[in-house]
Amino acid sequence: MSSDAISPPRSSPRSSPRTTGEPGERILRYTLVERVHHWLGALFYVYCLITGLAFWSPYMFWLAVLVGGGPTARFWHPWFGVAFTLSMFWMYKMWRPDMLTTDADRRWKKAMRHYVENDDQHLPPEGRFNYGQKLFFWLMFYGVILLLISGVGLWFVESIPWSLRWLRYLAVTVHVAAALATIGGFIIHIYMGTAMVRGGFTSIIRGEVSTTWARTHHRLWYEQVTKKTSADK
Amino acid sequence: MSQATLAIRRISGHAGPAPGEGVERDYQVCKLIDTTTCIGCKACEVACLEWNGYSFTDTVFDNSYQTMPQTAWNYWNLIKFNEHEQEDGSLRLLMRKDQCMHCADPGCLKACPADGAIVQYTNGIVDFQQQNCIGCGYCVSGCPFDIPKFNPATKKMFKCTLCVDRVSEGLEPACIKSCPTGCLHFGTKDDMKDLAETRARQLRENYGIEKAGVYDPAGVGGTGVIYVLHDVTNPEAYGGLPKDPHIPWVVRFWKGPAKWIGNLAMLFGVIGVTLHYFRYGPKEVHPEPHENGGQP
Repeated sequence: MSSDAISPPRSSPRSSPRTTGEPGERILRYTLVERVHHWLGALFYVYCLITGLAFWSPYMFWLAVLVGGGPTARFWHPWFGVAFTLSMFWMYKMWRPDMLTTDADRRWKKAMRHYVENDDQHLPPEGRFNYGQKLFFWLMFYGVILLLISGVGLWFVESIPWSLRWLRYLAVTVHVAAALATIGGFIIHIYMGTAMVRGGFTSIIRGEVSTTWARTHHRLWYEQVTKKTSADK
Repeated sequence: MSQATLAIRRISGHAGPAPGEGVERDYQVCKLIDTTTCIGCKACEVACLEWNGYSFTDTVFDNSYQTMPQTAWNYWNLIKFNEHEQEDGSLRLLMRKDQCMHCADPGCLKACPADGAIVQYTNGIVDFQQQNCIGCGYCVSGCPFDIPKFNPATKKMFKCTLCVDRVSEGLEPACIKSCPTGCLHFGTKDDMKDLAETRARQLRENYGIEKAGVYDPAGVGGTGVIYVLHDVTNPEAYGGLPKDPHIPWVVRFWKGPAKWIGNLAMLFGVIGVTLHYFRYGPKEVHPEPHENGGQP
């Protein structure tokens, strides 16, 4: 990271600021710590997804072979689930201030159709994360809480006494519903992060975006980081 | 788990039809337990341990004559003792041999996600194949009788096999062999049903036990283990034998409609984003600075 990188607001104290926001320049969007946490979460989630789908359907049981067979998958699935929960809580600690709904989000939400149809010129400006990204964050956050609680029930199913067996059935229901909800979000997240929003994928790997990218997709954030750094001068 | 080559009716967690399914017919085997002549001697418990190669484990005092509160992964057969106060105030000591019921519609098999970890033979025996078991415990949620038990050391599930290894060789199960009063019988389902009904009629007509009857719950398609009870209207009194057992509806929904709803939702999700890309393409940003909301 060069010494003149523009710092994102609040959550990235480790980055050093850049001077201006001139075209062609790069802005630091995700610090190294943020990127590492994102990818740790991704690793844990994808492991749980592969093994979970194997347990979900006989037609996908072969997926368990990819990670060492059924018993191995069954042994590690809950532990990776715990790891994913921890990484999610870490992301929560890191990103919560950026993920709260703002007035800009409410305006953006009303015009969301333009975002879906790539009519971005009709969109009101957004901050560091747009409303859709925030929605995905909270979906995964609450999803993982439900998955963890119900997952403990499935993990130690025999410890739930027979008289409280409705808890066994509740655990199955909640685990399946929460997993499917996160898979829905995950499909959209992968699609948007790789194919749809060009520049997004490199930003979560190398951390930087172009000033144009920042201005187009996250204008309020762009203005904030450039103004803040010029005011600091 | 048997090494015998019995024809298979159903197997768990299998994509597509079970190999060899429906090519052979066989007699439905059945164990009849007459609770009215059981003396609670626990010979069947010992015989079960001996035949299946488990040593006698620590017993757990439960304020009764019972060996332990429930069956265990290495203790598949347990006499449940219950002191039951009847309507006229008199006491009846109810003894029921508790083990896997070998349901015609097994909830464990329905819930199991591991290919071939639970099989149902054409003779009706439901058997766990530990080499295919992944130890997930879904069968625990599927069973309406709370039978499958987890061995924490090997991380595999275990339960009564109805001595499938003996039955496939033409022998009766070990528990039947050991019973000193003859309250245990083994044969075809038809014969055992017949014998049970005869005994129940005898109890009603000759002994004045008016509510005597046969427990062969229809909710799980009938069972491979049937009981003659003094009071068939109150099976719960016999150590919690469920009155109308079913595969839990959650498990039915989970393994039935939910599977297809979920799979279609995931498929449509993937197709949806693909079509979105075909229709709208990527969001490109243009290198020129745009001051008016991105308009060129």
